[in-house]
Amino acid sequence: MASKIQKPGVMAKLATFRGLAQRFAFVSLFLLAFALMMLGKAENVVVERARAGIADIAAPILDALSRPVATVSDFITQTGEMMHLREENMRLREENGRLRAWHGVATHLAAENEALRNLLNYVPPARGGFISARVVGDGGGPFVRSALINSGARDGVAKGLAALNEEGLVGRVTDVGQRSARILLLTDFNSKIPVMLETSRDRAILAGDNSAQPQLSFLPPNSRPKAGERVVTSGHGGLLPAGLPVGVVLGMRDGQMRVQPFVNWDRLEYIRIVDFGPIPAPEASAADAPVIIERPALKPAPQVVAPVAPSAVASSTGDVADSEDEDGVPPPAETLPSLPPTSGGPRQ
Amino acid sequence: MKSGGLWQRLDRFGRNLVPLAVTLALVILGAVPLPVAGYASVVPLFSLCAVFFWAIYRPHLLPPWLVFCIGLTQDALAGTPFGLNAIMLLLVYGMVANQRRFFLGKPFTLVWWGFMLITLIAIVVAWLLASIAFGVIIRPGPATFQFLLTLALYPLAALLLSGAQRLLPQPA
Repeated sequence: MASKIQKPGVMAKLATFRGLAQRFAFVSLFLLAFALMMLGKAENVVVERARAGIADIAAPILDALSRPVATVSDFITQTGEMMHLREENMRLREENGRLRAWHGVATHLAAENEALRNLLNYVPPARGGFISARVVGDGGGPFVRSALINSGARDGVAKGLAALNEEGLVGRVTDVGQRSARILLLTDFNSKIPVMLETSRDRAILAGDNSAQPQLSFLPPNSRPKAGERVVTSGHGGLLPAGLPVGVVLGMRDGQMRVQPFVNWDRLEYIRIVDFGPIPAPEASAADAPVIIERPALKPAPQVVAPVAPSAVASSTGDVADSEDEDGVPPPAETLPSLPPTSGGPRQ
Repeated sequence: MKSGGLWQRLDRFGRNLVPLAVTLALVILGAVPLPVAGYASVVPLFSLCAVFFWAIYRPHLLPPWLVFCIGLTQDALAGTPFGLNAIMLLLVYGMVANQRRFFLGKPFTLVWWGFMLITLIAIVVAWLLASIAFGVIIRPGPATFQFLLTLALYPLAALLLSGAQRLLPQPA
């Protein structure tokens, strides 16, 4: 201590040196952050493990914190619903009537489908299992659309699996930790999902742009999507199975064909991660069954979760249906009760 | 002052951890999903408020490498490109460290004004970096709204942070 006081020159030099070292450390940290960003963009394994590790540590805390928030929010929603109980009951009665008619149609179509599959020796794809998870974090900020869930690799979540909720497709799993995982929402910039229009069977790519309504790109040039037409996944590219409900066509907005997803992004609470097992590559299926490709209306889409438009099925299988039905024939497709566009659509 | 029993030293050590703990808590709070329309895309940058505050009043308790780690934590929770928030927070820290004398002992409105300028620069830089990283021009709307919301909530954050500051031992 005493020697330092005697040599002020050394002190000054030491201070300058310390200042320089601090500045150097600061600049190094900056450069390190830049380097991490570049590595992250190149999907470096170490970077992915690091971010999954941090998310794993924070996930239980976030889980605990998000529960009271969800409880309070549920309470507010329920109080609001109590006030409209009567109207809701009326609406549900009416909808129940319509759905009963649809149930008859669905049972008939399922039986018919079964019979046709037996005729074709069609091997149905294995049913996948699912993992339910809670959304514990979604503060992505202005640049990303993603959600953190409280299930990870130890629960069976794997990269690339589809994330659904009761309304429709939410997105895909992009990062997986031991007890947490990140879902890239289909509205994010980096989300590109192969989809098709349910009635016209036109293929397109649903590209997110961080807005609530993603756009349809790479539509066939002669395709004219109608507003209100349902959009489902096409299964191309082998990432997602075909037929998962995505949303409805909104129409042209600012020169882009927009889709309104079924999912209500503001109330994303529970998510199902669905493992559909290995999905056959489209090339293989095209080589195995060229006839099916030529007649798209008959194409047995694996795991059709969304009901196929009845008119398309009825027109392609009409003669078989006639020969099979004895009694209890459901009304033909033309006289079917029409589902209102809002019943399966996004919440208002 | 360096002497003192084990408990005293532990107490001091614990209190010195307050800036880090409070900032990390704000990072985690910012990631909690709220059922408010559009909240996720404009969630205020509480962590930025905290880094700004500690960089003025207790920079030695929140050295740059901790700011870096806090930024990475936020990136991991928010799903932003790993390193983006680290760059943003380090930028805020660096700018404040350069102008620390200007802020010390000044009335709150002046500090708030400085916060506005520094946050504006940080968010514009983050917006540019994210646009470059994704290869598209991101709509500036949500980022602008996030800036305004962060700015509006700074007084509240400052109130909370000065409460935390009272727990700290006086600087030597």
